Amino acid sequence: MSKSTLTRRGVLRTGAVAGAGVALPTIFTSSSASAFTNEPTGGSVTLGFNVPQTGPYADEGADELRAFELAVEHLNGGGDGGMLNTFSSKTLDGTGILGKKVEFVTGDTQTKSDAARASAKSMIEKDGAVMISGGSSSGVAVAVQGLCQEAGVIFMAGLTHSNDTTGKDKKANGFRHFFNAYMSGAALAPVLAKQYGTDRKAYHLTADYTWGWTQEESIKAATEALGWETVNTVKTPLAQTDFSSYIAPVLNSGADVLILNHYGGNMVNSLTNAVQFGLRDKLVNDKNFEIVVPLYSRLMARGAGENVKGIFGSTNWHWSLQDEGSKAFVQSFGTKYGFPPSQAAHTCYVQTLLYADAVQRAGSFNPCEVAAALEGFEFDGLGNGPTLYRADDHQCFKDVLVVRGKENPESEFDLLEVVEVTPRAQVEYAPDHPMFAGGSLGSCNPGA
Amino acid sequence: MDAIILQILNGLDKGSAYALIALGLTLIFGTLGVVNFAHGALFMIGAFCAVTLNRILTMSHQVVDESRKDFLGNPLKVDVPYVNDWFGEAAGAAIIDWSVPLAILFSIPVMIAIGVIMERGLIKHFYRRPHADQILVTFGLAIVLQEIIKYFYGANPIPTPAPDVFRGSFDFGVLLGFDPNVIIYPYWRLVYFGFAALIVGAVFAFLQFTTFGMVVRAGMADRETVGLLGINIDRRFTIMFGLAAAVAGLAGVMYAPINSPNYHMGMDFLVLSFVVVVVGGMGSLPGAVLAGFVLGVLESFASMNEIKSILPGIDQIIIYLVAIIILLTRPRGLMGRKGVMED
Repeated sequence: MSKSTLTRRGVLRTGAVAGAGVALPTIFTSSSASAFTNEPTGGSVTLGFNVPQTGPYADEGADELRAFELAVEHLNGGGDGGMLNTFSSKTLDGTGILGKKVEFVTGDTQTKSDAARASAKSMIEKDGAVMISGGSSSGVAVAVQGLCQEAGVIFMAGLTHSNDTTGKDKKANGFRHFFNAYMSGAALAPVLAKQYGTDRKAYHLTADYTWGWTQEESIKAATEALGWETVNTVKTPLAQTDFSSYIAPVLNSGADVLILNHYGGNMVNSLTNAVQFGLRDKLVNDKNFEIVVPLYSRLMARGAGENVKGIFGSTNWHWSLQDEGSKAFVQSFGTKYGFPPSQAAHTCYVQTLLYADAVQRAGSFNPCEVAAALEGFEFDGLGNGPTLYRADDHQCFKDVLVVRGKENPESEFDLLEVVEVTPRAQVEYAPDHPMFAGGSLGSCNPGA
Repeated sequence: MDAIILQILNGLDKGSAYALIALGLTLIFGTLGVVNFAHGALFMIGAFCAVTLNRILTMSHQVVDESRKDFLGNPLKVDVPYVNDWFGEAAGAAIIDWSVPLAILFSIPVMIAIGVIMERGLIKHFYRRPHADQILVTFGLAIVLQEIIKYFYGANPIPTPAPDVFRGSFDFGVLLGFDPNVIIYPYWRLVYFGFAALIVGAVFAFLQFTTFGMVVRAGMADRETVGLLGINIDRRFTIMFGLAAAVAGLAGVMYAPINSPNYHMGMDFLVLSFVVVVVGGMGSLPGAVLAGFVLGVLESFASMNEIKSILPGIDQIIIYLVAIIILLTRPRGLMGRKGVMED
């Protein structure tokens, strides 16, 4: 039987030799080949911001771009620092990311999957982007997330609300800070029950694509669990501009609530049409007829004008929140641009900070190390209270806001009021929940 | 029965917009022989005339209200419209409330001017060129106009409400002996339908009962012979282009409260309006109007759940399906002149 004696010096010596041995191949290869896609070698690092610059979501894209520019400014030590001052993680110090100055390139998704993939590809291959972020559609997010997985870069999704993004289409290289349709249903249903009772008959109009389907499934399940009956679910074409022929039969269906699973221009027009048809002035089943818009954004509310008054919905974030992080972001954004940020701007700003922080904590731009730093990461100070980036599906879990169209707005920005901040525990679900089943994260791809 | 009446009403309303746009398209094709793909953009500019007048009427100066705070915590600056200063608060509010009907007066000279400039500045150079060239240049023009509007007004829809008195809906069913709430219809859509009927009637009367209209109709039938009679037909056709632009513009102005105007609304209507023109018969004014209403009603019926449960997706293809059937059986369209599109 041999005798082994461990000494401090012996351990250090063995460790040094072993470490040199492990590092040797990297030392020899680092000058000739990258360890991962677009490994930054100079004094700067490039991020790719892929937003709709043309098409119906161009205003939302413009707001996302403003947020990205602000985030880059703060990361490089400019401006007032915004949420860097309130972020619970203190690794970012205004000297860029890992000492490299942050630069960015932009692409136009046009809210079309093909165009979004092409612009993301170009930013990765031609501009050397090490991370892609942004977007205003679940279809686009799923497409670009797939591309980033193949290319070996991190995708920090922008505005994407479909369950599928972190459900059946989830990817190891993709991360979503934005909330999802399930969370909207879970947050909204109890408030609807409190406001309108548990004996209601609902009629759904649903945009006929991935987001609409999961939105309808989620809100239907949540309201039925409370005792609501679903009278009918009708899919409407995405290109529809006038919804009168879909809305006209609603009153005659026996329903006393209309749920509009629409977003963007679809929502603006369907809500406007529903109000024009006088639905909100009617009494059905001895109850006031009500309309619900499960996913709200301030930019959409502006498009629908006075029609949003008193109508409930959910949102990821709102500029009127009074936590320190939200106040710092609104102050910073409002001072620079003259108006408050949208939820799309907030989520894109936060995603950029979270990526930068993960790189800093990992000590590397290698997407697999960045992903590991993001998985299971708990943080606070970026709005929405304490938040977890769940490792199982790369979905953020945080408080969700239930909002209502404001009756007496004081300005063009003051359109929604927060009626409830739904605690994170109420919107959490198991990673294998049936609405998120099918598909797997797979393994991280570092690319080159 | 009630569902059928409801969808007919909806169809008439959709058909009104199709018919007005198709009427202008047909006027231009019939007089100048130009296939104008920028016509949807003229409809969109009409809607933005309503937006613009609304913005002019709501131009304001700011008064600081120390008792309230803005989103950054500074004293709130409250906007007070100049019309309130000039006419008093009640009269000022009424003027703003009626901005869409007032925009009709505002838009007529603007749209005629845009139409005349378009025709003289660009389209006249393409009279002798193939239809493909005309389509390309007018489509390009539509995109340019669209981008200009987006630059100044943004991509977000802009709510442009109808006057208060026309908001809400009318219970048509009660009038016909049905239960309440079975057939309801918004007041403004009724106004839109009435307005469309008025415009269509005015255009027909103008062409039918005025000397100017008679000469234009003669020019549509045989341009060269009318020219040989010493009549400056080109000038009259330029005026007709301006009128066609005004018709599209008026259709847009009155449509603004139905769906908030946005920069791509013209494109949404353009393709459907072309189908309407082709189905009605290229160059036929009554054909364009008839096809507009027929296709509008058919589209409404196709979106009924009862129909969709038998034929899923029919609501998205019905117009094109009808167009194919009509063109296969009657290439000149419902009321087209013999020979047009038949060779």
